[in-house]
Amino acid sequence: MQEISVTSKKQPRHPLDDLIRTDRIPHIWCPGCGIGTVFSSCLAALKESGIDLKKTVMVSGIGCSGRAAGYVKLDSFHTTHGRAIPFATGLKLANPELNIVVFSGDGDLFAIGGNHFIHAARRNMDMTVICVNNLNYGMTGGQVAATTPYMAKSTTTPAGNPETPFNLPLMAYASGATYVARWTMLHTRDLTDSITEALCKKGFSFIEVLSPCPVNYGRRNKQKPLDMLKLYQEKAIIKNHADPSKLDIDFEKGIILGKFIDLDRPTFIEHYDKIYRPSRLQENVSGLNS
Amino acid sequence: MMKPAVLTGEYFMTGDVACAEGALAAGCRFFGGYPITPATEIAERMASRLPQVEGCFIQMEDEIGAMAAVLGSSWAGVKSMTATSGPGFSLMMENIGLGICTETPCVVVNVQRGGPSTGLPTQGAQSDMMQARWGSHGHYEIIAIAPSSPQEIFYLTITAFNLSEKYRLPVLIMTDEIIGHMSEKVIIPEAKLIKTVSRPKPKGRKDRFKPFAPGPNGVAPMPAAGEGYNLHITGLTHDEKGYPVMTVEAQTEMMARITEKIQKNLDDIIRTDSYLLDDAEIVIVSYGVSARTSMAAVAEARKLGIKAGLLRLVTIWPFPEDQIRELADRVKGFVTVEINLGQIHREVERCAGGKVPIFLVGHPGGTLIHPDKVVKMLKEAF
Repeated sequence: MQEISVTSKKQPRHPLDDLIRTDRIPHIWCPGCGIGTVFSSCLAALKESGIDLKKTVMVSGIGCSGRAAGYVKLDSFHTTHGRAIPFATGLKLANPELNIVVFSGDGDLFAIGGNHFIHAARRNMDMTVICVNNLNYGMTGGQVAATTPYMAKSTTTPAGNPETPFNLPLMAYASGATYVARWTMLHTRDLTDSITEALCKKGFSFIEVLSPCPVNYGRRNKQKPLDMLKLYQEKAIIKNHADPSKLDIDFEKGIILGKFIDLDRPTFIEHYDKIYRPSRLQENVSGLNS
Repeated sequence: MMKPAVLTGEYFMTGDVACAEGALAAGCRFFGGYPITPATEIAERMASRLPQVEGCFIQMEDEIGAMAAVLGSSWAGVKSMTATSGPGFSLMMENIGLGICTETPCVVVNVQRGGPSTGLPTQGAQSDMMQARWGSHGHYEIIAIAPSSPQEIFYLTITAFNLSEKYRLPVLIMTDEIIGHMSEKVIIPEAKLIKTVSRPKPKGRKDRFKPFAPGPNGVAPMPAAGEGYNLHITGLTHDEKGYPVMTVEAQTEMMARITEKIQKNLDDIIRTDSYLLDDAEIVIVSYGVSARTSMAAVAEARKLGIKAGLLRLVTIWPFPEDQIRELADRVKGFVTVEINLGQIHREVERCAGGKVPIFLVGHPGGTLIHPDKVVKMLKEAF
């Protein structure tokens, strides 16, 4: 039997290690899962953006993507199911100096948390929301979600999904988001650039990231682990500024990716200060305790 | 327009408004709310008053979001509150649990109305008392207090903030529509006479700090987001570092932390009041607006030669068990007076342990209990 030789006793450090709670690794994500890649793009973007990371907070809800808050070495909050955005709203209003990143899944943000999403977008609450969309509820074993394609199989739609999925960028735009983009986890450079841009942008920014769940979604829908990635590669159509109403995901005709919306309008806090706290604008006050 | 947080002076004020003023005097600078009768006036007062003291008010999309925002704001280092009534209180329960699990100071006011469901929106009740104790899932300790007048709600709101900051948990003010909408004289003292408590802040190296390692009184110091501690806060069972640990041992340790900090400080937390209790043979146990009914009934009963006295519960949870036990050894019986069909009554029964007879003067909700009903019970039962 051949001996396996260890070339180096010490693993080389990953360039993003300083942003990871390495004492919490290994993570819970399954082999073939795309969340880690999205998470890594997010960390790279946090570095790239140049924002003050000491003043940056990651907030997650519940689910596989919701575990991201537990691995990032920043102030991070793993809240209740669907409630990352209102929790983050409280953080931001109490200390407007904080940069807020909400990192969570499609089920968390758009089914149980859908109401909070549309209202935070309407208010133009200054935060960056990254939604890992794996088309199903992964953590609980693959149930139908508000994003599951029509007729796709899940444990709760065994003969196919009778419902129509949301067009997430359209919902974000219609609700008032000032930055809306969609990428897949395969488009890591575009994704990282997009998250960087969103982090630096004032107002409610939303990025949908398509990501495979081979264990719970692929397996029930005749997709081998690499099939979804091939779809991402072959069916992606990058079309910046595409009409949000034409962004329904269609794995046969094509998946439109890109930056769709990038506009400016005052944030909730800007309006609130102007109407209710004009003295703060003059004095440039930050936190509520100062 | 800047105005003082403490509006020193004499006023004719409703309980709801006095509650808001008490919160501002306690240092509350964030309110996340949702309109609901009969608690809306608290939100309305906070909406106009908070910006005057550099604070922030937001009306959220529902009570679930309101409670979540209150927790988020508290973790940004700001004293925070919300106010609601029964249906909204039900919606807040999950995030109240997150507040308990993550040891997050904040104050939740429930201006109770008749239930269940939509019930009697404009009429008072005291029927959420057990929901206050056990409404969120899992086993935990909670602090709930019940004011009996607008003046008292002013002071007890300050007390609620102080207890929440000291023991790091949501503190519930269980008032009712009658106190909330009643106008009475309220005296707001000078700011320097108001004692406020703020959460203990950590000292020492930030990289070694553990956000759930208890201090001498069982409570951990609490930094805010953005102070460089790289906090991780989760509603999963977690260790002293705040990291999720899915073991029986971690669960046992965490549960000990969140329950013992209350159980070992009962003397500091529990407040009761009494009226003619020293020589009483029959003790009325009551709280909130029903304690006022009970006080009138005691006075009337004494005129009739019945040696009645009142034990008024200011703190409902944790329940003043020892006081009931001691009384059970020396009195002839108890009467519980509350606007429900016997919630705190069961606690009194439990603590009296069958030593003496116990009667309930309850009401399904919608109105005050008349003192005559209590006097009648005192005459007939003993």
